[in-house]
Amino acid sequence: MAVRTLTINDKLVSSPEGATILQAARENGIDIPTLCQLDGLSTVGACRLCLVEVGPAGRLQAACVTQVAEEMVVRTETPKLREYRRMIIELLLTERNHVCSVCVANHHCELQDLAVKLGVDHVRFEYLHPHLPVDVSHELFGIDHNRCILCTRCVRICDEIEGVHTWDVSGRGTNARIISDLNQPWGDSPTCTSCGKCVQACPTGAVFRQGSTVAEMEKDRQRLRFLLTAREKREWLV
Amino acid sequence: MTRRIVIDPVTRIEGHAKISVFLDDCGSVADAWFHVAEYRGFEKFCEGRPLAEMAGITARVCGICPVSHLLASVKAADRILAVSIPPAAVKLRRLLNLAQIVQSHALSFFHLSAPDLLLGFDSDPTKRNIFGLASADPETARGGIRLRQFGQEIIEALGGQKIHPAWVAPGGVRGPLSPERRSYLQSRLPEALDTVQRALGLMKGLLDRYPEEAASFGNFPSLFLGLVGPDGVWEHYDGLLRVTDSTGKIVADGLDPARYQEFLGEAVESWSYLKSPYYQPLGYPDGIYRVGPLARLNICSRLDTPLADRELSEYRQRVGGVAVSSFYYHYARLIEILTSLERIGRLLDDPDVLSLRYRARAGINQLEGVGCSEAPRGTLFHHYLVNEDGLIQKVNLLIATGQNNLAMNRTVAQIARHWIRGPDIPEGVFNRIEAGIRAFDPCLSCSTHALGQMPLVIELRNRHGELLTTLRRKAGT
Repeated sequence: MAVRTLTINDKLVSSPEGATILQAARENGIDIPTLCQLDGLSTVGACRLCLVEVGPAGRLQAACVTQVAEEMVVRTETPKLREYRRMIIELLLTERNHVCSVCVANHHCELQDLAVKLGVDHVRFEYLHPHLPVDVSHELFGIDHNRCILCTRCVRICDEIEGVHTWDVSGRGTNARIISDLNQPWGDSPTCTSCGKCVQACPTGAVFRQGSTVAEMEKDRQRLRFLLTAREKREWLV
Repeated sequence: MTRRIVIDPVTRIEGHAKISVFLDDCGSVADAWFHVAEYRGFEKFCEGRPLAEMAGITARVCGICPVSHLLASVKAADRILAVSIPPAAVKLRRLLNLAQIVQSHALSFFHLSAPDLLLGFDSDPTKRNIFGLASADPETARGGIRLRQFGQEIIEALGGQKIHPAWVAPGGVRGPLSPERRSYLQSRLPEALDTVQRALGLMKGLLDRYPEEAASFGNFPSLFLGLVGPDGVWEHYDGLLRVTDSTGKIVADGLDPARYQEFLGEAVESWSYLKSPYYQPLGYPDGIYRVGPLARLNICSRLDTPLADRELSEYRQRVGGVAVSSFYYHYARLIEILTSLERIGRLLDDPDVLSLRYRARAGINQLEGVGCSEAPRGTLFHHYLVNEDGLIQKVNLLIATGQNNLAMNRTVAQIARHWIRGPDIPEGVFNRIEAGIRAFDPCLSCSTHALGQMPLVIELRNRHGELLTTLRRKAGT
């Protein structure tokens, strides 16, 4: 396999051809924040948190979908990037109704963790406060659209790993919503196998186990890696 | 000319409120109102939320007594799940509520009211606070702070955090007490008992010092309401409601809290966001009743713990059988701390608090549930209606402070009438009006405010609302 040599944050690194900047960075211990990306799932480049500056002009590219190239120069931490990432989190917070203190995923939430890490101590934009429903028609699980950031991890894991494609996205822009099957209550879904992978994949408290109380919804994302390894390599590593 | 005096904000209480005193043409008090000028909207924005989240959301009603809301909420949810929760969960929840009564009562007595009682209502307002108390009587101040800390430590040992512990859940609790924490709490108990017994000694001495206050701070007949256990024993978590009158006669007994709407009405006044509940059979406003420590000691047959029962019989002798003056709330509060500590000791010795069977799991089996428990300030009701999926359709919260609303208004008017003589009003009289409110330990927004940060402003207005003079007390008093 051909190898590409590039520079990330003044450090010379090599990475296999076809790898993304995100993979190359992580293999070399360089952290780039992500939300929509989840190991084992296809990449969609939706959240834009992994923006990096590429080339002398500092062109903005999403690290999760940009492949490495020979002599590429990448910067992952600049004042501009930090400001954009912070702004992305702030905009995500304004778009729905994220109230950490009473959320089932409090202390176990990737959005919350990133907000803390990126120094979001206040939000500079106006909140939209949309009126959104909670669907708890499913016997085991529930989805609260107030906490959804439209990362589509649930959509992809349902389609690509479980293989049933119960979830999808309807609408556009701020009207976009995760829907089950033909926009029907989750409990009426003829395709859902109740496997719970979407619950584990969800970075926030949007998809949760029924009956969860505040801060009780811990997610075990290692389970997803286990499933993939078992499926692809026929290895059951527990 | 009619004058209106406004005390805004009222200090050293939980939350924000103001008092209006109306003077008639002769300068005597025509009327007085206690306004709660905050609007929270919890009952509305809970609609549409899953039942399991309600405890966490409604706990945010209050930073001093979140435990009360947690318990009333999960008890309503238990009804909706239609489960009988494990015995260990009942004991752990009881332990949590007792800890909350200790810490909240300690805050009310030592931090907020002891400065008035021990330093004097007319003492220098710049020193009439917990810091002034700490320099005048360091042992009492320190003991009080440590006592509150003890209550908070029990809450933390059970729930993981002191404020808003998300540990109580529909069907039970989320975990047992660890043996290490139990041992630690047991070691802290003797000091707490000493502190409250010492404070009781001080309190008894004060009764002779303040006869005029005892006679004028909300001293009127009313009904008293609260939960009692079997045989009328003092109760804080379960049981049935009892109503007594100011002669000690039982007006109603064995009332099921779930049917509160059949005997409690809620009146709304345009000048306050606080609703005014009343006992329906007597109508509004004659159905005025009081809840909280004073009421609980009036309605119960006994406390069922040895030290506190001795104090109760002495208390009844001193107050003349039934305590009708709201001034005795402080005294009653200390006796409740004592019985709570004794009960905490009993529960900590119970092996069940370490049990691993602490949570019943169930789906939605009923569409309506009422949860009722005794908050430090009085009886608290949470009433939920859910849809088939368990999403909240309607919420009604009947808060202890609200139930004392009519009594607090009458107290303010009584103190004003007794102490105000014409338009020149000394600071100590304003402090007495506030202290009358403080006796109830009202929790208005259920948010703490920084102690001593709020200036007191008194406005004298004529009948047209024109400002005549403004009296201003400096911040820090």
